[in-house]
Amino acid sequence: MDTKSQNISNPVFNIFQAVGSALLTFLQKTGKLSAFVGRSVYHSFTPPFFPAQLWRQLVDIGYYSLPVVGMTALFTGMVLALQSYTGFTRFNAESAIAGVVVLSVTRELAPVLAGLMVAGRVGAAIAAEIGTMRVTEQIDALTTLSVNPFKYLIAPRLIAATITLPVLVLVGDVVGVYGGYVVSIYNLGFSPGSYISQTWDVVEKMDVISGLIKAGVFGFIVAIMGCYHGFHSGRGAQGVGAATTNAVVSSSILILIFNYLLTQVFFS
Amino acid sequence: MSKTPKIELSAIRKSFGNNHVLNGVDLVVPEGKSMVIIGGSGTGKSVMLKCILGLLDPDEGSIKIDGQDIIGMGPQNRDALMRKFGMLFQGAALFDSMKVWQNIAFGLIQGRGMERKKARDIAIEKITAVGLGTDVADLYPAELSGGMQKRVGLARAVAANPEIIFFDEPTTGLDPIMADVINQLIVEQVKQLGATALSITHDMGSVRTIADYVAMIHEGKIVWTGPVKELDKSGNPYVEQFIHGRADGPITRRVA
Repeated sequence: MDTKSQNISNPVFNIFQAVGSALLTFLQKTGKLSAFVGRSVYHSFTPPFFPAQLWRQLVDIGYYSLPVVGMTALFTGMVLALQSYTGFTRFNAESAIAGVVVLSVTRELAPVLAGLMVAGRVGAAIAAEIGTMRVTEQIDALTTLSVNPFKYLIAPRLIAATITLPVLVLVGDVVGVYGGYVVSIYNLGFSPGSYISQTWDVVEKMDVISGLIKAGVFGFIVAIMGCYHGFHSGRGAQGVGAATTNAVVSSSILILIFNYLLTQVFFS
Repeated sequence: MSKTPKIELSAIRKSFGNNHVLNGVDLVVPEGKSMVIIGGSGTGKSVMLKCILGLLDPDEGSIKIDGQDIIGMGPQNRDALMRKFGMLFQGAALFDSMKVWQNIAFGLIQGRGMERKKARDIAIEKITAVGLGTDVADLYPAELSGGMQKRVGLARAVAANPEIIFFDEPTTGLDPIMADVINQLIVEQVKQLGATALSITHDMGSVRTIADYVAMIHEGKIVWTGPVKELDKSGNPYVEQFIHGRADGPITRRVA
């Protein structure tokens, strides 16, 4: 047996080979994604711009996501008030409920849940639409018609998602706090005046701003992952399906990771 | 005929991993002529076309358009170069979210900044030129038959009066009559524009109708090229086998 054959049959060599291969694939994919992000950001800031496309995306991503984000925030605020009440009554700390609701909603729940809901609704739609365009050669057709697909397809989605998610989260903040207010007043018997004054006493500008900055980052993540997976979609219905799944899963995980990192930056 | 070829490929190589699709393609397309590339599936025809269009980067070799090497060209020059091209895709590749006239006028409005009203007028003119009624203008691609979609694709390809037009399997999936209609329209439009055409097809009917010159590609190399009138007396065993559709010959198919 020659040296090469001995290496191949060696279990230790096989482990190194598997780890090395996985590492190389990871680095290759990371590099490909980084280059895609760089190109997308570059084309978002350089002319020509397509305002009609941007407007369409603002409406699709922002306006049509309002009911989903609003409902999510409303019921999250309501549940939060109920759960906090159940826990805090054990320590006679019911007065802290208003503060817990407003801080939880503005700092964490509204941006994260809105990000995840938009990842499911918008990220999937972006990946499916761009993936179908890839499979049916519509993206190649754009290029042959002297239109850069990064400027026409990706930049408007990226800008729209980054702008609209903070707006959605701001609405989610208000609706979520209102949900907590409704349960606290009509279900738990709190006084409206004291609940509102406790809310104002606790919340600070930075609580809201940090949530909005997070939302901007999450919007960017949702759009870029949808575009990336759609743009590199495999052939056929299976390829587009896989692109859609990968877009939602990867953006959801990245949202949770970046939520931790941004929280560390803002509040550590 | 101009001395500088309109399209010139020299020693083009392209691999995907261990799959060597193009193995040194050399091809010259004279200005104002129609070149048709024939060859079996998976021999590299579409990859070659995508390399010329800049949709894929070749690993080696040079591609010249009007004598200018286009490999490694910057994005702005590339955008300007693309204005010389028009392309009819195999599946037409119409934008399904847009009406027919918007598809045809797309390159004029978005790529060249033409006013919508003027671009719509040109689109209607091209719709008529490819034998469709003007009522089709406000339909969506999903409402059209395969043949009508090809006609709209052709109208879109010629809308900006390109100097070079590519046709990727223009008659695939069409019945013989509709295929002949599309072939005749291609000849008519290419002649009218005085454009240089490069087509890839399996359909020998298309080859005989639209080609001035024919090139045969096999295993990523051009194995024969010549005028269409010499196709039947090429003496090349690959060409002989392909044009007569014989199972026996130098072209072998691996069957898993």
